[in-house]
Amino acid sequence: MIILGIETSTMRVGAALGGYEGVLAEFHTTRGRRHAETLTPAIEFICAQARVAMTEISAVAVDVGPGLFTGLRVGVSTAKAIAQALRVPMIGLSSLDLLAFPVRYSDRVVVPVIDARRSEVYYAKYRQVPGGLQRLSDYRLASPRELASELMAASEESLVIGDGALRYGEVLTTDVRVELGTVGTAYPTAGALVELAHPRAVREEFVQPSELEVLYLRRSDAEINWEARHQRPGAEAG
Amino acid sequence: MTRLRAVLAVETSCDETAAAVVDEEHRVRSSVVSSQVDLHARFGGVVPELAGRAHVELITPVVAEALLEAGVEYPEGGRPDLAAVAATVGPGLIGSLLVGVSAAKAMALVWGIPFVGVNHLEGHLAAAFIEEPDLEFPLVVLLVSGGHTLLISMEGPGRYRLLGQTIDDAAGEAFDKVARFLGLGYPGGPVIDRIAMDGDPKSIEFPRAMLEAGYDFSFSGIKTSVISYVRKNPDVPVADVAASFQEAVVDVLVTKARRAAADVGARGLVLAGGVAANSLLRERALDVCIAEGLRAFVPSRPMCTDNAAMIGAAAWWRLNADGPSPLDLAADPNLHLPLIG
Ligand SMILES: [Zn+2]
Repeated sequence: MIILGIETSTMRVGAALGGYEGVLAEFHTTRGRRHAETLTPAIEFICAQARVAMTEISAVAVDVGPGLFTGLRVGVSTAKAIAQALRVPMIGLSSLDLLAFPVRYSDRVVVPVIDARRSEVYYAKYRQVPGGLQRLSDYRLASPRELASELMAASEESLVIGDGALRYGEVLTTDVRVELGTVGTAYPTAGALVELAHPRAVREEFVQPSELEVLYLRRSDAEINWEARHQRPGAEAG
Repeated sequence: MTRLRAVLAVETSCDETAAAVVDEEHRVRSSVVSSQVDLHARFGGVVPELAGRAHVELITPVVAEALLEAGVEYPEGGRPDLAAVAATVGPGLIGSLLVGVSAAKAMALVWGIPFVGVNHLEGHLAAAFIEEPDLEFPLVVLLVSGGHTLLISMEGPGRYRLLGQTIDDAAGEAFDKVARFLGLGYPGGPVIDRIAMDGDPKSIEFPRAMLEAGYDFSFSGIKTSVISYVRKNPDVPVADVAASFQEAVVDVLVTKARRAAADVGARGLVLAGGVAANSLLRERALDVCIAEGLRAFVPSRPMCTDNAAMIGAAAWWRLNADGPSPLDLAADPNLHLPLIG
């Protein structure tokens, strides 16, 4: 079984092939945010280098966010179309799960943080358990300051990683118990995606291309503004 | 029985998710359009972020339906009987364009067939040839939509001269803005078309901007005139305002198209774009052609508004003239029509 993984939730564009043997081929670039231009040729390249024919791909895994809207649009559209064209099922995984995965051996609480622009971040919290990671929180959207207070109020030591952690490092690490990750762990990788997708594929935890949903966490400005204008007195803020 | 080669085309430049299968002789084997009008109606216009999200949800079922209707089979591990996969690469909303471009490139890659990037405006020009394959050149094309107002002299596929265009609002944009001001809802074109039927088009004399000056258009002034007229005459029947507004816009469009056709010695006049679905514009264009002895071509309404069949037809022109497009082709929200001269 060969899984194609597509990763576009941050500035990084990535594609990987993997299976029982782990990662067979992997490509990344983190320059210029040229997701739409780079992704299809990258898939062509890794298939050629790993000598994998398109028809050998038996599932398509894709990062469904949260993250960069434009990047996700390219990645999810590409992944859905490939799955549809090959008539193979899909596996959707969260960018935050993917970020946490490579640092799963840390004994700290792992907090992947993705830059959501407009002075906000996406994040979730994880703890090491036998065989992997356990997610301790929802996928959330908050200001870096709100996240910093949450980390300060927590009783455990934490490790913050991701492009959001790097961008807001000063705010997030005001508490000495918060450790800041490096640039090496700042972006989700397509390799982590195929590795994490593999056990799911074995368990046949698939979705069909038409069912796969993107995890936006943030609504469009138009919806937020429309609801603000049409809010009934006393109604709760969305 | 051998069938003609066909392309699968996708169109996601604005708020319609569309896919079609079109064969080499521009015969449409399927054309599926999923409109997002209801999604955007409460905002009074297309919301780019919502459009992009909806395209991601709709692209798979729309493509599946187009392939099914056309009888194109693609068994697991097999390759469908298609010559290429095409997509609109621009102009349009970037977040919308990216969905169709990404999906089309992906399908072309896994099926091992060419990808063809198509200019949305050229798609509108090709639309006429689907329903009327033996139109003779030169043609004058009036391409009017919510995003564009272009007067083009067409000497053949890929051979276009720009005669004039709007210097401010597109014609369709003027319909939307006036409809919104009159409280008629969105989209403005169809609703003004309908309400104007009950109004007197001669009741109010709205200005015809730049009527005698060249081939460029200006539609922002007429919106302002409508607003100030209604403020001064709050009891005016809405139908009269709609009818008089529509009369003024159509008058400018048709007058310029007629003069252009005479100047370039056109054999025919073609309407294209969403505003070409307007009843009065269709009627007046036919009148002009009869008066001038021109061949008129007014496409069916579904062929005027955005669809993927027109992208498939233009894809055949591109494929035959330029060959496949590279897989690293970007979407370009500001893509221009390639012009000669
Ligand atoms: Zn259009």
